[in-house]
Amino acid sequence: MSDTPVRTDPSPATNPAEDRLSPAEAPRSPRRRRNTRRRVLLGVARLAIVVVLLTAWQLAVNAKVVDPFFWGEPIGVWDQLVSWVTVGTPQGSLGEQILVTLQEAVLGFVIGVILGVTFGIALGRIRILAELFAPFLKVANSIPRIILGAIFTVAFGFGIQSKVILAVVLVFFGVFFNAFQGTREVDRNLLANARLLGASPWRVTREVVLPSAFTWILASLHISFGFALIGAIVGELLGANKGLGLLIRSSQNNFNMNGVLAGMVLVAIIALVAEALITVLENRLLRWRPPQFHGGAAVE
Amino acid sequence: MAAIELRHVTKKFATADDGTYTALEDLSLTVEEGQFCAVVGPTGCGKSTTLTLVSGLELVSSGEAIVHGHPVRAIDTSTGFVFQQDAVFPWKSVLDNVAAGPLFRGTKRSEAVSLARDWLRRVGLSGFEDRYPHQLSGGMRKRVALAQTLINQPRILLMDEPFSALDVQTRAIMSTELLHLWDQTKPAVIFVTHDLEEAIALADKVVVITAGPGTVKAEFAIDLPRPRVVQEIRFDPTFTRLYGQIWEALRDEVDEAYTRTTTLSKAVS
Repeated sequence: MSDTPVRTDPSPATNPAEDRLSPAEAPRSPRRRRNTRRRVLLGVARLAIVVVLLTAWQLAVNAKVVDPFFWGEPIGVWDQLVSWVTVGTPQGSLGEQILVTLQEAVLGFVIGVILGVTFGIALGRIRILAELFAPFLKVANSIPRIILGAIFTVAFGFGIQSKVILAVVLVFFGVFFNAFQGTREVDRNLLANARLLGASPWRVTREVVLPSAFTWILASLHISFGFALIGAIVGELLGANKGLGLLIRSSQNNFNMNGVLAGMVLVAIIALVAEALITVLENRLLRWRPPQFHGGAAVE
Repeated sequence: MAAIELRHVTKKFATADDGTYTALEDLSLTVEEGQFCAVVGPTGCGKSTTLTLVSGLELVSSGEAIVHGHPVRAIDTSTGFVFQQDAVFPWKSVLDNVAAGPLFRGTKRSEAVSLARDWLRRVGLSGFEDRYPHQLSGGMRKRVALAQTLINQPRILLMDEPFSALDVQTRAIMSTELLHLWDQTKPAVIFVTHDLEEAIALADKVVVITAGPGTVKAEFAIDLPRPRVVQEIRFDPTFTRLYGQIWEALRDEVDEAYTRTTTLSKAVS
């Protein structure tokens, strides 16, 4: 598992700056209406694809083409989810399992991001640190860090600590490399300008490097929350007394594939919600950026 | 005491292939207090390097760079620098961009903001305080950059082809506005440009730099009366006469630089 810096542009369709920028465009213009229609049609088409796939799966099971013992079945997964919600899981209420996993993932994510950004900017700004640590970081980045989970479980026990640490380790590198690259790519003119205007090195870091590197850092956050969830779930699979990972593990031990799949569905929902929240954060923080594809309206 | 003095300055840069590149060689230049000095020369002659040496962004390899009697050893925050490319902070609003200098220097926020509003009024950008730079035209961004630099009341103002990215009309308007702003605080100016008309229209003194490594080829005093209107001054007979004289000195250097780049491109192709 190796992380290379990635940079994604905020989706222009959800850029809040856009509305302020094009007041000339009436809210009910024909173009806007056509866009709305297009989006609704797309949504319907996507839903249809899901329905077709799930129906095909269920029919294949009913026709005994697919063995639900190995592969599960959509209705079984749904029943499992309903029973977890209404009756609870063998290890306590479903809400408790979700909360435990969420707590591990969020803690690991936050700590990993803070460490990654701090180290990334420090190494990006201070050349000698970068030269000193570069080979270690390359090595650390090239080893499959997920294996460390086995050690953490033994060393830190079945509680949330071992999962948080595994999530931190997974999150750190992605964020670190992006923050480092972002720091290195800061426009030299902006740095010179800030220094000539009288900014101290610390203020240059805070007011020029950090906002400039933010486009890179935020891009890494999307992937990083996924890594934090993987860290939490894998940590729980390796040994835990609560959480969605444990739920998946015990379902597997009982040959309950519908349980495994239902656990997966829950994890996916968490990841999607987190992704949406990060996008909201991104759009708020990158308000100053020009819309990417629509061409901002300059005034004068 | 002169505001800026470059004495026999040489500047060498290390190149990627472990060689050295000499940008300036034995260049001497003096700018008096309150004097507007334009530096013209062909592409790649090291014009911009003189500015980085005066500001302390780079240090001299040999010779001396002296500002107000003190040799330049580090970034000197009493100089203002207007860059060729946009150097306003894209994530700060227009108001915060202009207020940045005073805030960096420890002024209270309320004071910095009212000062910034005053400067935005002076450059004609009142009402645009809350915009982000990408929402402005190139000319407006340049005016933000001017206000951002001038708010610190620099005694030395360095400008590196500041208007080269603007269209011809906007450029003339901005030049007139610059003269008006300069008149209010009268810093010593070095204005680097490759545009001879612009240089004569603005400056008290035009310095011609040779094709690289750059050194001073000739200096010309510009005795056109002030205040000047840049859009109209080119019709003045004195302007035409000066243009002829300076172009005479500049032409050889431009030819020289052009020959070099063309033989280079021939060698490449």
